[in-house]
Amino acid sequence: MDRDLGEHLCQTVRQACETRTPLCIRGGGSKSFYGRTARGEPLGVADHRGIVAYEPTELTITVRCGTPLDEVEAMLTARNQMLAFEPPRHASAATIGGTIACGLSGPRRMYAGSVRDSLLGLRCISGEGRILRFGGAVMKNVAGFDAFRLMAGAMGTLGVLLDATFKVLPRPEHQETRVFECDSTQAIATMNAWASRPLPVSATAWHDGRLYARLEGSADAVNAARRELGGDALDEAQGFWRGLRDHRQSWLSQPDMLWRIALPPATPPLPIVGEWLIEWGGAQRWLRTAMAPKFVREMCARQRGHATVFRGGDREGSVFHPLPVPVMQLHRRLKEAFDPRGILNPQRLYREL
Amino acid sequence: MEPKVHQPSIDPSVLLDALRSVLSPGSVLHEAEQLAPWECDGLSAYRQRPLFVCLPETVEQLQALLRLCHERQVPVVARGAGTGLSGGALPDAEGVLIGLAKFNRILEIDPANRLARVEPGVRNVAVSEASAVHGLYYAPDPSSQIACTIGGNIAENAGGVHCLKYGLTVHNVVAMKVLTMDGTLLELGGGAPDAPGYDLLALMTGSEGLLGIVVEATLRLLPLPASTRVLLAAFDSVSAAATTVGDIIGAGILPAGLELMDRLAIRAAEDYAGAGYPRDAAAILLCELDGDSEELDARMRQVEALATARGATRIDIAVDPAERRRLWAGRKAAFPAMGRIAPDYYCMDGTIPRRRLPEVLEHISEWSREYGLAVANVFHAGDGNLHPLILYDANRPGELERAEEFGGRILELCVQVGGTITGEHGVGVEKLDQMCVQFTDAELEQFRLIKDAFDPHRLLNRGKAVPTLHRCAELGRMHVHAGKLPHPELERF
Repeated sequence: MDRDLGEHLCQTVRQACETRTPLCIRGGGSKSFYGRTARGEPLGVADHRGIVAYEPTELTITVRCGTPLDEVEAMLTARNQMLAFEPPRHASAATIGGTIACGLSGPRRMYAGSVRDSLLGLRCISGEGRILRFGGAVMKNVAGFDAFRLMAGAMGTLGVLLDATFKVLPRPEHQETRVFECDSTQAIATMNAWASRPLPVSATAWHDGRLYARLEGSADAVNAARRELGGDALDEAQGFWRGLRDHRQSWLSQPDMLWRIALPPATPPLPIVGEWLIEWGGAQRWLRTAMAPKFVREMCARQRGHATVFRGGDREGSVFHPLPVPVMQLHRRLKEAFDPRGILNPQRLYREL
Repeated sequence: MEPKVHQPSIDPSVLLDALRSVLSPGSVLHEAEQLAPWECDGLSAYRQRPLFVCLPETVEQLQALLRLCHERQVPVVARGAGTGLSGGALPDAEGVLIGLAKFNRILEIDPANRLARVEPGVRNVAVSEASAVHGLYYAPDPSSQIACTIGGNIAENAGGVHCLKYGLTVHNVVAMKVLTMDGTLLELGGGAPDAPGYDLLALMTGSEGLLGIVVEATLRLLPLPASTRVLLAAFDSVSAAATTVGDIIGAGILPAGLELMDRLAIRAAEDYAGAGYPRDAAAILLCELDGDSEELDARMRQVEALATARGATRIDIAVDPAERRRLWAGRKAAFPAMGRIAPDYYCMDGTIPRRRLPEVLEHISEWSREYGLAVANVFHAGDGNLHPLILYDANRPGELERAEEFGGRILELCVQVGGTITGEHGVGVEKLDQMCVQFTDAELEQFRLIKDAFDPHRLLNRGKAVPTLHRCAELGRMHVHAGKLPHPELERF
């Protein structure tokens, strides 16, 4: 099963570069709904898979990017470790490469960092078919620009990811979820009050009049926090957080258009008529609304936030929040620096890239 | 790709008049004695006077200044507090040095969102001091934190003793305003997570002043830990101490700080700071844990048991703040303490996979004998960042060169065992040759292309951080000739 297709993929990209053939990079295909419409010849990378190195006492793991998330996490779980950013899997085929490219993180995001925060280095193929390695396999490394973090969330427009090294963390010994009844205004205030104190809160969410808080750590720490916070116990808590992470939760999984709104966490509820599900201490909010996209984006921008059409809607339009002109100009120059012929996932992130 | 050629046809007196037209009187320094204090940063072996030093006071002034330099193709170097250890703020002989010390205001502490918005000249420690009233602090704590500034911390992606648990600067900056060389103002990131588009915030962090000048930064604040404990364990051998580090992390404990010192470092620090370190130990381990107080007692007992199992000869646990400060005092004084035992020292900054520590230290001590230069080792053991301090005397002919060559070999060894030439000090002017060892030509070329996307005329901090193709080619020939180049076929991931 484990195979290193690095050279083969590199040749394919080189040929595509020569013939100016656009490529659509495809891992497990679990996030093909995400981003703008894919264009180009499919370049399958799912067979480039396998765990290259796992050093539990170094807190690092290096994996080929076609490796399924499930496989990586099973290996880490066996040694009581984890990817702290809790990667979502929208289907079981989800790979580590797609996770990096889409830059998606799960419920622990605001408490333990994002996918780019856990990345230590990677190898990729540039648009001209050159294998490049940035970062490394150690915790601290300031040699060269952090080009590897640039790949997180770039939707494959800057390089074909080959393998990546992540920092991993010990899995918390104990986990427990508390539930509270309240409205969204109270929920946002409460989540942020908790985040200002040294509590072992590792995930929060609000939906349909209920606020959820996950506590993680040693039994002592979790018990002390439970006494302090109160609330009721939640049964099937693991399933609940997994449902949010993977969008299996019944409201999140509905097929109609879903907005992902990111805001400074303490921002009070936005005056947009619709249904909301709040996560990440208030920093990530899912929205279903009949309001016009322009209005939604304006309301978010006014609060220094941004809005993504996460699922559904017009995939030929601006899926991701539009960038200011000088920032977009810089994006175009960077795209040109990594992929001068524009063959890697063209227009998947922005029409201009 | 060849660099776009810079035309050094600057008439200094014409430039001086132009600079004075955009800055306040007294903000352009030009007399030799005014320039002298600016000729080096923390790496004082390298010195260079700039044409002029400019001290702008507002973003508008800085913007006008950059536009002017861009138009006239004048090289620019930005400088914070000048505490950097790799020559990143070394002036350009044909250019202008921009000091950002006047941008020293904390603009906003937002306790609800746990953010601090600051100007680049604000000192690192001042952010935590201003946030303490809200029970918050700024986690990255480089050892120079009382002097170094946020702008410099961002340029170098500064670390500190707590970064295994709390991350580096890149993990703790959420937004910045940046001026590029042509004076364009970019607003990157934001208080909302996962800003749209490419992660330019990460690219800017650690870019050593090559891509732009930060004029404002928004930093993430964390709640102060409920309680903290520090443990000191002494060992008869460095490898026993190093193995204990792996045991602690393997047991699922994530220390807030984990430091290792060898005998020479222990003795020098003890003589200097009187921290109560055992002078006869071969190595000591300092382990700081933070969190819930009940949890901490149990964890500390676990660490104590692990250290004892590896033959720790003495264990001290500090609970109250004064005791903790005392234990840390020796470690924090390690660098100045070297000044007592040698006229000069050269501080290395490689990072290695921790499990390779014993063999790396063995090589270092072997080379120490070969070069006739003593080495004290201070190690951020939790994250593998090694600081060998090579002791030398610059007044003895040839010693500096020997120290530099020795240092270069240590860094190349770090790359060979799967690590990096710099964990937190940056490449600057100091480690350009080692960049040729760590990266391939194609990778270095990609760095140059990134640089050109921001600064096509290569005016910002030119000659730093990324070596030219020519330099690496020359070095390659030299090294192959001397037979010292680490095996190019080695996997270096």
